[in-house]
Amino acid sequence: MSARPLPQLTGLSAEFYGFCKRHELRFQRCAACATWRHVPRERCAACGAAEFRWEPSSGRGRVYTWIVANRSMHPAFASDPPQVPVVVEMDEGVRLVTQVVDCPPEELAIGLPVEVVYDDVTADVTLPKFRRRA
Amino acid sequence: MTAQACIVGIGETRYARDKSWSPTTLALHLDAAVRAIEDAGLAMRDIDGLLPFPGLSSAEEIAANLGISELRFTSTVHLGGASPVASLLHASLAIGAGVAQHVLIPAGWAGYSGVRARQTVSMEVQSLPGGGIARDFYIPYGLTAPPQWYALMARRHMAEFGTTPEQLGAIAVAMRRHAQANPNAVMRGRPMTLADYLASPMIADPYRLLDCCLETDGGAALVVTSEERARDLAKRPVRILGAAVGQPHPADEIVSRKDWFQIGLTSAAPRAFGQAGVRPSDADFAQIYDCFTFEVLQQIEEAGFCKRGEGGAFVAGGRIELGGELPINTHGGLLSEAHVVGMNHVVEAVRQLRGEAGERQVAGAELGVVTGFGDFGDGSIAVLGRA
Ligand SMILES: [Zn+2]
Repeated sequence: MSARPLPQLTGLSAEFYGFCKRHELRFQRCAACATWRHVPRERCAACGAAEFRWEPSSGRGRVYTWIVANRSMHPAFASDPPQVPVVVEMDEGVRLVTQVVDCPPEELAIGLPVEVVYDDVTADVTLPKFRRRA
Repeated sequence: MTAQACIVGIGETRYARDKSWSPTTLALHLDAAVRAIEDAGLAMRDIDGLLPFPGLSSAEEIAANLGISELRFTSTVHLGGASPVASLLHASLAIGAGVAQHVLIPAGWAGYSGVRARQTVSMEVQSLPGGGIARDFYIPYGLTAPPQWYALMARRHMAEFGTTPEQLGAIAVAMRRHAQANPNAVMRGRPMTLADYLASPMIADPYRLLDCCLETDGGAALVVTSEERARDLAKRPVRILGAAVGQPHPADEIVSRKDWFQIGLTSAAPRAFGQAGVRPSDADFAQIYDCFTFEVLQQIEEAGFCKRGEGGAFVAGGRIELGGELPINTHGGLLSEAHVVGMNHVVEAVRQLRGEAGERQVAGAELGVVTGFGDFGDGSIAVLGRA
């Protein structure tokens, strides 16, 4: 099995994952028009402003869609049980690709309420994942 | 486009999954190109415009091999699987501007004996749509390959509009049926029922194996020229009545779109139909880029053949099969003919409009639509007419 692929900690990705390492989920928010955004971008697509803040997320969202990767198409995942990448829509309105750690795929449902947890994958990298909430 | 360009030459190699055949991608492009140039009744040296497919072959090596000594125009369209149809727009513009007269568009790849389609994205991060976005925000969470991206969309469509596996299956079954009437289709002689489709293993749930396109070796090519020049050439020309490209927003990231189902075709299709002065319902057939079944359904909706959400009902009941109201992918498509990055769709459209499609000919075909789909939903579309 080849090494599990991890995000490259450069540029704005490094800033996003730097907060995750401290167990904080933050997204960029435009300093001019207050629009939230993710994935990290240099500028706000709503107004074009470059200035932004990394604002704390509520950490809460709902399952938007998901798939079960029954057949691995990446060597790093080949020997594992199927990965279940999930898209979560946060209360702030942004969406991200993640996983729900405590929910077998047959119990996933669109709209399922979830909250962030942190998976410290290596000494350097923490991935934001989710678990079910009431 | 007032002065319309015409497709005057088509060429295809053998399409196969054959362990005893391992052509290079360049050899496939050259073989198809030579056939297309011959089909047009032209000589190699007549070619003065060249639109190679991104990342698969270069203008330099094609020109060197074919003896094209005076290349006046070349560019590459970076829209993944939407590139071949998008190249029709670029060729029309170059010809209309008088920059080039005979434009060659080669495509295809050794997708079976070379790097398999399923491996391209996960193995070569640099060539990923969205590049670092996929590397940093998709792949670490197990989202690594095209069927997985698009299955995310399909599940949402199923939830919002009640689209069923049987409806996706109807698309796969129609393509397979059409392949039975195509001597060059890889899946000829291997018919398939809806029960076969439903019994095929899950690959990226909700996608089954039979929702996915083939991995094949094959090349296809076109020659495009002006309407005036087309009159002197060997075959009945096919007019490019309208051609357009479009991108979703954002195009480099797939999950943050405000409108989840928006794709490039959403904006491109009205422009192409407008240019041609026709409506989707005027088409006698459509060749829709079928990387996966749901993408066919989605493009049918976004191109305006039906309303969004009605695609499931549209594809049921044989409407998209030969003999139906709108036959789709009369050659069998990427799902059942071969994965020639959609250039095979353009070739088939030309055959239909020339009346050369043999036992799969759509009777009286005068107007056809062909689409391309690439990367995270980039779109291209051409409206083609019998000259
Ligand atoms: Zn803003």
